Amino acid sequence: MKPTLNSILKSGTAALALTLGANAAVADEQVVVYHWFEYMPQELVDKFTEETGIEVVIDTFDSNESLLASLKAGALGTYDVAVPGDYMVAIMNSEGMLDTLEEGELTNRANISEEWANPSFDPGRQHSIPYQWGSTSFAVNRDAYSGDINTTDILFNPPTELQGRINMFDSQGEVMALASLHLGIPQCSTDRAELSALNDLLQEAKQHWISFNSDTAKEVLVSGDAAAGMIYDGFNAKAREEGANTEYAFPTQGYVAWMDNVVLLEDAPNRENGIRFMDFLLEPENAAMLTNWTAYASGVEGVTPLLDEALRTLPEANPPAEAGAAVFIEVCDQETQAVYDTIWTNLKN
Amino acid sequence: MASSKNDVRHYTGFFPITVLCLVILYAPLLVVTIYSLNDSNSITNWEGISFRWYVDVFTGPESDKFKTAAWNSFTIALMASVMATTIATLAATAMVRGGSFRGRGLSLGLISLPLMVPEIVTAVATLIFFSMIDFTRGYLTILVAHTAFCIPFAYLPISARMQGIDDNFEQAAMDLYASKRQAFTKILLPLMAPGIVSGLLLAFIVSLDDFIITNFVKGAGVETLPTAIFGSVKQGIKPNIMAISTMLLGFSIVLVTISFLISKSDNTK
Amino acid sequence: MAAGASSGGSAKSDTYAEARNWLLLPSWIVIGIFVLIPVILMLIYSFLTKEFRGGVIWEFSLAAYDQFFFDRGLFGDSPPVIEWTYINIFWRSIWQAGLATLLSLAIGFPTAYFIATRPEKIRPAWVFLITIPYWVNLLIRTVSMKFLLRDQGPLNDFLLSIGVISDPIHIVNTNFAVQLGLFYSYLPFMVLPIYASVERYNFALSEAAADLYATKWVTLRRVLLPAVKPGVIAGCILVFVPSLGSFLAPDLLGGARNFMIGSLIEEQFKGNAGNWPFGAAASMILLSMVLVILMIFARQQAKANKGDA
Repeated sequence: MKPTLNSILKSGTAALALTLGANAAVADEQVVVYHWFEYMPQELVDKFTEETGIEVVIDTFDSNESLLASLKAGALGTYDVAVPGDYMVAIMNSEGMLDTLEEGELTNRANISEEWANPSFDPGRQHSIPYQWGSTSFAVNRDAYSGDINTTDILFNPPTELQGRINMFDSQGEVMALASLHLGIPQCSTDRAELSALNDLLQEAKQHWISFNSDTAKEVLVSGDAAAGMIYDGFNAKAREEGANTEYAFPTQGYVAWMDNVVLLEDAPNRENGIRFMDFLLEPENAAMLTNWTAYASGVEGVTPLLDEALRTLPEANPPAEAGAAVFIEVCDQETQAVYDTIWTNLKN
Repeated sequence: MASSKNDVRHYTGFFPITVLCLVILYAPLLVVTIYSLNDSNSITNWEGISFRWYVDVFTGPESDKFKTAAWNSFTIALMASVMATTIATLAATAMVRGGSFRGRGLSLGLISLPLMVPEIVTAVATLIFFSMIDFTRGYLTILVAHTAFCIPFAYLPISARMQGIDDNFEQAAMDLYASKRQAFTKILLPLMAPGIVSGLLLAFIVSLDDFIITNFVKGAGVETLPTAIFGSVKQGIKPNIMAISTMLLGFSIVLVTISFLISKSDNTK
Repeated sequence: MAAGASSGGSAKSDTYAEARNWLLLPSWIVIGIFVLIPVILMLIYSFLTKEFRGGVIWEFSLAAYDQFFFDRGLFGDSPPVIEWTYINIFWRSIWQAGLATLLSLAIGFPTAYFIATRPEKIRPAWVFLITIPYWVNLLIRTVSMKFLLRDQGPLNDFLLSIGVISDPIHIVNTNFAVQLGLFYSYLPFMVLPIYASVERYNFALSEAAADLYATKWVTLRRVLLPAVKPGVIAGCILVFVPSLGSFLAPDLLGGARNFMIGSLIEEQFKGNAGNWPFGAAASMILLSMVLVILMIFARQQAKANKGDA
């Protein structure tokens, strides 16, 4: 018995020492990216590593809000760059989470296309570069429903065929924005009657919704678990590729526009590598590779000639003439946000 | 023997329910094992047997992620269980061989605390704690949290075993002028070996199994297998996940079988 | 899970009495610092002021508990009425955990009984067979369950192919799926304690009852059941308590309509809500419920032990 125990203890200690040693060795050149799920092709990651020798470590989140929550809860200082949406860039900046890109640090800064060089959420692009942009509305399985889908009624006052078969995003910003468009009220309204109407609308509509999921939004449409659901434009293109007979809607009431951006985080452990990563993504060749994969749109100059022919004719990227306006999500002040939170809680429970 | 209609031990219907119970327990695992061998890209259609998803786990686009996660899981489980078992062995010696003393109940309560507090509560509390002392979350935070909650799992089999060992052996050794330390290391510890190994395996599996607490205390890019699998599964169950699951499943079963055989060989002694 | 509290009841030896403080020190330090202090810290946080977008401000506030129990309207200035939202979530969790416990009991009791009445030699093999799945990663088991039950999953395929049903049954995203998931997660906790008490049960009592012309089911209810009651209660608690705060089964199998306490708490720290004091308060309420249940249980066990002696 005794030798057994001794050898167990010994091999245990040996393994301990081995692990600690191995762990120290792992931490050479790397860049730690806090990214959305399924948002960067592996080939592009490999290409970066090949060109720079920097290993890419990717951790994923599933909503802008959970990105913020995680950084707030002590994850700041462990990531180099993150990929927040437009309004979240503004919020993170106001929270002091973003580092500033100094003059000349970004070699490819000039590649940022004109229309995205000075956005309202980051004037002068001091902290961020464009990643991809696109729209959010919803898609309907054409096998389940053949009527007109270009109306937000599909989500908030659905036809019988779709009732109880709708998946919503688990993301306050997008749901509230679409609901506001449906009611024709401004986002972040401070008007009590309008806010109450918003609450009533969601309370009434939720009986028709089967789930709140952002990360499985595509999967539930492909598998048929949901017949309609909120989705990003590029995700619907992928859903169709995977065999789903879904059509992306452009509601006449309007829909949500977004731009995801790569930001440099405060206290980045590998700040230099983070900047190289951003520069890499600003190369037209790489931006095109990304866009061809995501089926969204790039904010980088000179990408268009490098894009797949199919992308130009993608139904998701070509809204019909009667489509409503695409609007960005707005950042509410603390008071309105408190009401939004209450409405959201009422909705989710 | 159970065939007699008047046998008070036999109840008609209990056997079918037992079978049903086993079916419910094993059906999901069997199904996943079978579908992990599916030669299809889709999880729905069956297209013949192949090991391509097992190959994919080791060479596919996500292989690096899962290899790192497996390495993290394994090293954390190993270190956490070794530390937890050491701490639990010492604690059990005090509790079982330390006479009655004030604070005994309190100590027992403290040791079983991680069992009594719901996991989600421990997870949140640990997150708050690390964030308040401004401790960067990562590998180390997972390791520390795992060590703490593994202690009671190691403690249970160890203290149970120690209670079953008569302290006459140690007394006899000390009558022969062995010191207490010698009695402990040369007599008690060897006798305790099966209990310690059970405790170690239990703690190891519990650490390997943990998702909730790890999910809260993990830091940038440091994934364990469960959190990596959870991240993947969120976007839908994929065939490579089923292959990983099957391998992990097999690994756990081997460990439990070892533990079972150890305890069995011990009982027949 | 409270089993740890019952071991070491009889301290026979005091061989290492003078070293015991040193022997206990490591466990005190590790669990004290990394479990006890965090839980105390969480209690404190539940009485702090919420910071906009996550985190806390170090100012005393009852807002978290107020939000839990009182509804002050959409704008926070209506006269308070009882807030049912969170009470309902807790109630739903209790209900779900309760049904899962009943399900476990309905299947676990006959199974435990069956195993305990097998010949002594093969009992450990049976116990082993029942406990194996428990050692497989909980996440993997839950995912497997989801895979099996999907609308296009193997179960529906099978039932469709043998013609029992003509349309797939919806199981995923229902309450039943959550109960099934919880049942699957914690079943061995039900079987093992019941098995232990039935194994100790003196079947001569049942035989005596049978001799007095009691039917078998009467014997079961009037003679066996009272004797193995402690095991049954222990099993129920061991299933109920972890089910109450579980996160994976409701999250993966339940969908949006089946929000339970675990998801509510998680959302305060990881999701949209970002309200730490509220998450801490909800955790404290859950913890108090669990501790009360365990205390009642411990008292009952103590009483039962006294009765035996």
